[in-house]
Parts: sequence; structure tokens; C-alpha cells
Amino acid sequence: MTTEAVQLSERRLGKFGDKYFAGRPQQVLLRNWISFKSSAWIAVVSGFLEPVLYLLSFGYGIGELVGSIATPGGEISYAAYIAPGLLATSAMNGAMLDSTWNVFFKLNESRLYNAMLATSLGPLDVALGEIAWALMRGGIYATAFTVIVAALGLVTTWWALLAIPAAIIVAFGFASFGMAITSYMKSHHQMNFFYIFLLPMFLFSGAFYPLTVFPGWGQAIIKALPLRQGIELVTRAMSGEFGIHILVNISYFMVMICVGLFFTTKRLNALFMK
Amino acid sequence: MSEPLIHARGLTKTYGDFVAVDGIDFDVAKGESFGFLGPNGAGKSSTMRIIGATSVRTSGTLTILGKDPEVNGPQIRAHLGVVPQQDNLDVELTVSENIFIYGRYFGLSSSFINKKIPELLEFAQLEEKKDVKVQALSGGMKRRLTIARSLVSEPDILMLDEPTTGLDPQARHILWDRLFRLKEQGVTLLITTHYMDEAEQLCDRLIVMDKGKIMAENSPAQLIKDYSTKEVLEVRFGSDRNQEMVEVLRPLAERIEVLPDRILLYAEDGEQLLESIAAKGIHPNTSLVRRSSLEDVFLRLTGRTLVE
Repeated sequence: MTTEAVQLSERRLGKFGDKYFAGRPQQVLLRNWISFKSSAWIAVVSGFLEPVLYLLSFGYGIGELVGSIATPGGEISYAAYIAPGLLATSAMNGAMLDSTWNVFFKLNESRLYNAMLATSLGPLDVALGEIAWALMRGGIYATAFTVIVAALGLVTTWWALLAIPAAIIVAFGFASFGMAITSYMKSHHQMNFFYIFLLPMFLFSGAFYPLTVFPGWGQAIIKALPLRQGIELVTRAMSGEFGIHILVNISYFMVMICVGLFFTTKRLNALFMK
Repeated sequence: MSEPLIHARGLTKTYGDFVAVDGIDFDVAKGESFGFLGPNGAGKSSTMRIIGATSVRTSGTLTILGKDPEVNGPQIRAHLGVVPQQDNLDVELTVSENIFIYGRYFGLSSSFINKKIPELLEFAQLEEKKDVKVQALSGGMKRRLTIARSLVSEPDILMLDEPTTGLDPQARHILWDRLFRLKEQGVTLLITTHYMDEAEQLCDRLIVMDKGKIMAENSPAQLIKDYSTKEVLEVRFGSDRNQEMVEVLRPLAERIEVLPDRILLYAEDGEQLLESIAAKGIHPNTSLVRRSSLEDVFLRLTGRTLVE
């Protein structure tokens, strides 16, 4: 009485975490790809367009008033100054779109995770698959944004290519954390919490101006926020500035990723294996 | 009986102070169609979730194909086809995509699944709907697709939680027909239901559950034999007079049950009982003679009706 499905399920038996992980998060990705192929492209494009519109309107509009900015690397245009911050924001938006509303729908309305967890998949497969999908979306947004920034002549060095892996790290952190928080949310009402938090974080994280406009305590609070960490990471990667500071930024996201994955798996397990 | 497919002893599930499943024992043999009959809240679905390795028992022992769901959850789920009470089809995908991706969740290869899809669509009578998004299907179609989807992994045990709740009579009969075919193919079926006709139609053997406990266990026919008479005479005198007639009727029947709208009189021969009532000058507004059913068994065991 050993069918194909049973043999496959026995492969990870006895290995670490075999109750939570079947080694198949890619099937969750595949599911999202099948769904995505027939989804509304407008929703995809709009998420990507937002930072591009900021870049064009602020970079070239307000940039006209501001003129060029002095940085340690020399004089740059205002548009070039805000590009890394907007790139980090783009990665965040892409990751958050999937890991919040889409996850909320699958969790509470379509009961998709119930169906997945009735198979031989485990909660970690679901968490990893969903987070990987969200971070891919963030990564694609970030790549497209980098291409536009380059096409506009706003980058001068090849270091700018490093913006893409940096943005993927940022997307991973937000996807992981976003899904963990979403898994604890019970109503649409509570979901608005994200937007109460995300918009001010975007406006005050210093994407458009230096943090030095704030008093010391204000700067300290902002520096503790993930988007500020993301902006610093992308800025440093794009300018080839490697040192202790970028390691701090990367470590910040590593912690965010691990904490998010841990709580997502724990919560899915509590919800579906009660 | 060889080693049972499912073996439960003292199976218990509590949620805080609430005891959902209260120390039940049962065995299910291979190829058997086994039912859990009881009203909502009897502990049927909790029992199903524990067997389905998506819920952890509080105490007791349970083995499914010799494995413990607490240790081998994913391996047990690989043996099972699960049809939940509430549909959880992937509404963003089409009919055939639903079957495809479900097979992929089990790790099955695309070629394996693609070979199975036409056969499953035919089984579910959904060939013409294969490229339709699930949202556009009727309730009966969705339920058939959920069953077809659960069969993609060739499960040894198919678990159906209230399979026909919410379906119209025609859709129910189509579904029963499909389940019969599976039974004929030797698939072990586990069915929870609060419909006695469903239990009588589909189950070889069943347990009657109430408040987390097993009240009786046997084949539907034997349960009726053991706990009820051959026939039942249902009489109505109008809601005002029902109560006053009870004492007059009580000596005439083997057993009597009073429901809010009617009186049930249990007898080997219902027609004969009706005649003897008439001979006493008692004329109910309406009367009906029928065979005893599991509903009567449940009423006898618990003093309550299944569907309230």
C-alpha cells in the first residue's frame, strides 16, 4: 500500500523538522505563478509605477528648485539623490503587496492554506513559498526600477548593479515580517494597520531629504525602522561603500527574515494543526 | 479482520474546558465505508481532523496504517484524500489547474498528474468545465471537484466531512452515486453526516455520536433492529392537542416519542396500530406509516432529533 504520494512523503522522514517541512516550497510558488498568469496586470504595474512617479515628479520637479547635492562622492542631481531610497521603497511595496493582502485572503477567505496543509506539505513549505513569491515580486520591481534609473542616466558606476541584491534582501525582510504579522490579523480592519504604519515610514525615512533635519532622538527612532535600514543598505550598495555599517544593515534584515519565518511557521502551525 | 486501517482507543480532544471528543474507541477496516453520525457539535469533525493529522489529540492512542499522526503527520496525510465541510478550492484557478496543483503539493510529477486529470474530470462529470474558473461552478460541481481533487494522490482513505450539506436533492444523488463507485473500487471511506439517509445509503458500519461520546456502533440495519421497531406511525393532532393525546396513546404502542409537531408511535406493524387507534375512536389530523430509520435510533439513544 505505498502509492507515489506516500513514497514521496517518506523522503524527508527522520530529517530535521520533518513534521513542518516537506521540502516543497516551490510548489507554493508554482501555484502563485499559475494564478498570476491570469491575474490583472494593472495591479502589478500600479505597484511598480508608484516609486517611478515619485522619482519623476520629485526628482525632476522639486529637483529643479533644489539643484545639485553635495555628497561624499561628489555633486549629484536631486533625482540621483532620491533614487536609492525610492528603490528600497519599491522593493518594500512589492513584497508587502503579496505578503499582506494576498496572504490575508488566502488565510481567511479562500481557505487556501487549509487545502495546502491537508496534503503532505508542512507549514514551513507554505511560509517559505509565500515569502519567496513576495520577495520575487519585490526583486522584480527593484530590478525594473534600477533599469529605469540607469536609463535616466542617474547612476555613474557599475556598483549600481549591487542595488538589485540589496533590494532583494530588503524585500525578503519585509515579506517575511509582513506575512508573520498578517497571520495574526483577524479582520480587514486590522489590516489597515499596515498602511497607517507604512506611509509615514515612507515619508519620514529620509528618502527625500537627509535625516539631519530631525533632532537626535528623532533620528534614532527612524534609524530603527526597517525602511531606513533598507534605504541605507541600498544607498551603500549602490555607491560601493562597504564596511561595518552595511554589515549592520544586512544583519538587521537577517534578523527580520528569521523572526518573520519563525513566527509565520509557528502561527500557521497553531492555526491549522490545533 | 486483518490489522485495522484506523485504530483508536480512548481518543480524546479538549479545547480548554470543552471536551469535543470524549475517550472514543473504534476500528476501521480496509475497504470499509465507515460513518460518524451525530448532530452538529457531536465531535465528528474534531475526530476527522485528528485522523487527518491536522489536529493533535489531547490523549488516547491512534494509529492510521500503523502510523501515529503525531509523529508521522505528513506521511499519514499522503495516504488521505480530504473533502472538508467547507469548500477550500483554489478560487483563483481553473478546474483542471486545481487538480494539477493539488497533486503538486503532494510532490507528484506533472506527467503523473496530467495522466490522471482526464480520468478525474470524467469521474466528477466536469470535462466541459475543465478550463472554467472555480468561482463559476455550482455547489454540487464544487463538491465533486473537491472529491476529484482529493483523489489525485490515489489515497487509501477518503475522508468526507458532511459531503452533501447544502446541496439540492439532485446534486446529492449524483454525489452519492460517485461515492458508491469509489466504494466499489475498494477505497476506504470515512464519512461524517447528520443526515440519516446519507448514513443509511453510504455506510457499511457507523458510530452514533453525541456530545463527544459514542452512543452505539453497528451497521445501519442492525442499529435500527437493535434500537427501534420495524415501523413507525407518525400522527398529528395539531399543536394544542398533541400533548393531551400522549397519555391515551401510550399503552397502544411499544414506545412513544413526542416531538413539537407530531407524535411517533413505534410498532412492528404500523397499519395495524393505526387501525386499533381508529377503533378507539381516535382520529388524528394526519397519519403516516414508515419504516424505522437511523433518526429513530438517534432519538431513542439521546432523546433528541438529529437536525434541530
